[in-house]
Amino acid sequence: MAEAPGEAIVEAKDLELELPDMNARVLFGRRPRVRVLHPVSLSVRRGEILGIVGESGSGKTSLGRALLRLHEPTGGKLTFEGRDITHLDEARLRPLRARMQFIFQDPQSSLNPRRRVAASLEAALALRAGRLDRKERRRELEVVAEQVGLPTPLLDRYPHELSGGQRQRVGIARAVITRPHFVLADEIVSGLDVSTQAQVLVLLKRLAGELGLALVFISHDLSVIRNFCDRVCVMRAGRIVESGTCGALFEAPRTDYTRTLLDAIPLPSPQPGWLDGAPDTAACRS
Amino acid sequence: MSVPLLEIRGLEAALVRPPHAPLLRGVDLTLDPGQVHGLVGESGAGKSTVGKAILGILPKAIAVTGGTIRFAGEDLLKMRPSRFFSLLGRDIALIPQDPMSALNPARRVGAQIADGLRLRRGMRGAKLREKVLSLLTEVQIADPEAVIARYPHELSGGMRQRVLIAAAFAVDPKLVIADEPTTALDVTVQKEVLRLIRRMQARHGTGVVFVTHDLGVVAQLCDQVTVLFEGRVVEQGATAAVLAQPAHAYTRALIEASPRHDRPDSGMRPIPEHIITALKAERVHGGEAADG
Ligand SMILES: Nc1ncnc2c1ncn2[C@@H]1O[C@H](COP(=O)(O)OP(=O)(O)OP(=O)(O)O)[C@@H](O)[C@H]1O
Ligand SMILES: Nc1ncnc2c1ncn2[C@@H]1O[C@H](COP(=O)(O)OP(=O)(O)OP(=O)(O)O)[C@@H](O)[C@H]1O
Ligand SMILES: [Mg+2]
Ligand SMILES: [Mg+2]
Repeated sequence: MAEAPGEAIVEAKDLELELPDMNARVLFGRRPRVRVLHPVSLSVRRGEILGIVGESGSGKTSLGRALLRLHEPTGGKLTFEGRDITHLDEARLRPLRARMQFIFQDPQSSLNPRRRVAASLEAALALRAGRLDRKERRRELEVVAEQVGLPTPLLDRYPHELSGGQRQRVGIARAVITRPHFVLADEIVSGLDVSTQAQVLVLLKRLAGELGLALVFISHDLSVIRNFCDRVCVMRAGRIVESGTCGALFEAPRTDYTRTLLDAIPLPSPQPGWLDGAPDTAACRS
Repeated sequence: MSVPLLEIRGLEAALVRPPHAPLLRGVDLTLDPGQVHGLVGESGAGKSTVGKAILGILPKAIAVTGGTIRFAGEDLLKMRPSRFFSLLGRDIALIPQDPMSALNPARRVGAQIADGLRLRRGMRGAKLREKVLSLLTEVQIADPEAVIARYPHELSGGMRQRVLIAAAFAVDPKLVIADEPTTALDVTVQKEVLRLIRRMQARHGTGVVFVTHDLGVVAQLCDQVTVLFEGRVVEQGATAAVLAQPAHAYTRALIEASPRHDRPDSGMRPIPEHIITALKAERVHGGEAADG
């Protein structure tokens, strides 16, 4: 595995996660727990983009939430910028929160629909700089709007008054306004058309480079991952089953599972037999 | 030559309210029986508007302002409502994008698939039940007996989409409009659903208009493709030819925006501004602006 530049920002060692089982019918007593992550190890360095891919339910979001300490791991060790945060309580996590941010798939659900864009961004800004006056806050918002290519008049709109691409820019703005060192992006381009998707990814890549972010990019689309990420982890049933640099993994996937995921993404040129289900056509790519 | 299954000529649609912003500007599209026709373009290009115009389900804010939509030779736009509704759900069916909103959350899945068969084919009782079960088997649902008794929320997204495919094909329609039916699905499930649509379509000889913004899906599923930009057809033709040798710079740009997992440094190129500018200018010179 090629060594990426920069020091490790996030490191997970044998991370495990159990959650109360929401599917269980509980009549009395405690909810049984389900194992969502089996020991998972990974690290993300400054300036590096790590892709996480896997089928639905493989544990990508759960892993992401654990890395952000939105879930408390039930085993293993998690460090953020060298500090053990595995079991840190919320009060002690709070000062770190500004430096670890996330962007979710549907900014409409993560943005308050009754708040103008500016108000949502100000709430995020308060994590980093609590005591700015009105003018200073507006200045910060305009800077970040410029960074993400969002015309400033849109700051005064409500989320539903924006296009999908514009909403995703707001999601990115909200994450970077706190000047994070680690950003988790969870399926942020899956609902977008290819042209908007390209715009959002180009933007995020540029920002990640400029800000030296450690970026974890969750997607089920290996075509996007190959062209956006430096390294990739393939997840299945709560485990990382394969990982490596994009170059190595895409040239020679080692597991059938990865090949299945690859084969499931249609290429924008006819692949005879793709819909007839000829097995493992991905293995004999030209 | 036989009559096309679907023949759209010069279709125009606009917002009802002044200033009546045009949404479709003279769309032509021909679909022969048993063919799959892809409708691609960026968000807002008017893909769903074309589909809804065919189905007569445009929102109140949008009206068709010109053109014809012929189904097996008959103009759907001029048809008596009673005739139109007898076609809808019998000869023309929809596979929607969001299975959750298309299914009634309070009714069991089996009853919902049975609706079309009961209303349009007059089936009843054991025969009806048998047909529903066989449809679910046809869409690869392993335990159809259990599934008919479930409510929509008790099924996974992929299962719900299968149920809707079963419902759409239940009445053996001649034409199916599928509006991004796999966008919400996991990739492996998407592939299964596409395979299913292909198989059902081929087996039943159904013509399909397939709305998507994924050129990969178009490449694998569609015989013909239409590229829309702001309500106008930019390019149209056999899928393999259009993708291998796009005639229009916009189509080329769409292809170049699409990442590929078999090549590094592919895709991720936003559509260049000058192509958009040129397209908008073309429209003004095309004289359509004078119509309004
Ligand atoms: N609270 C919970 N109770 C029961 N099961 C849970 C809970 N949270 C997560 N899971 C299960 O854990 C697994 C991983 O879920 P997760 O959301 O992380 O998957 P994912 O890879 O992000 O999937 P998707 O691609 O659909 O977003 C799934 O099987 C899910 O059903
Ligand atoms: N109910 C409505 N009221 C007003 N304008 C509408 C309405 N529905 C759609 N439009 C407008 O019509 C145009 C075409 O929309 P349409 O939904 O057909 O696009 P689309 O190509 O299907 O896009 P997407 O890929 O986002 O689904 C857009 O400019 C859209 O804003
Ligand atoms: Mg997830
Ligand atoms: Mg649409």
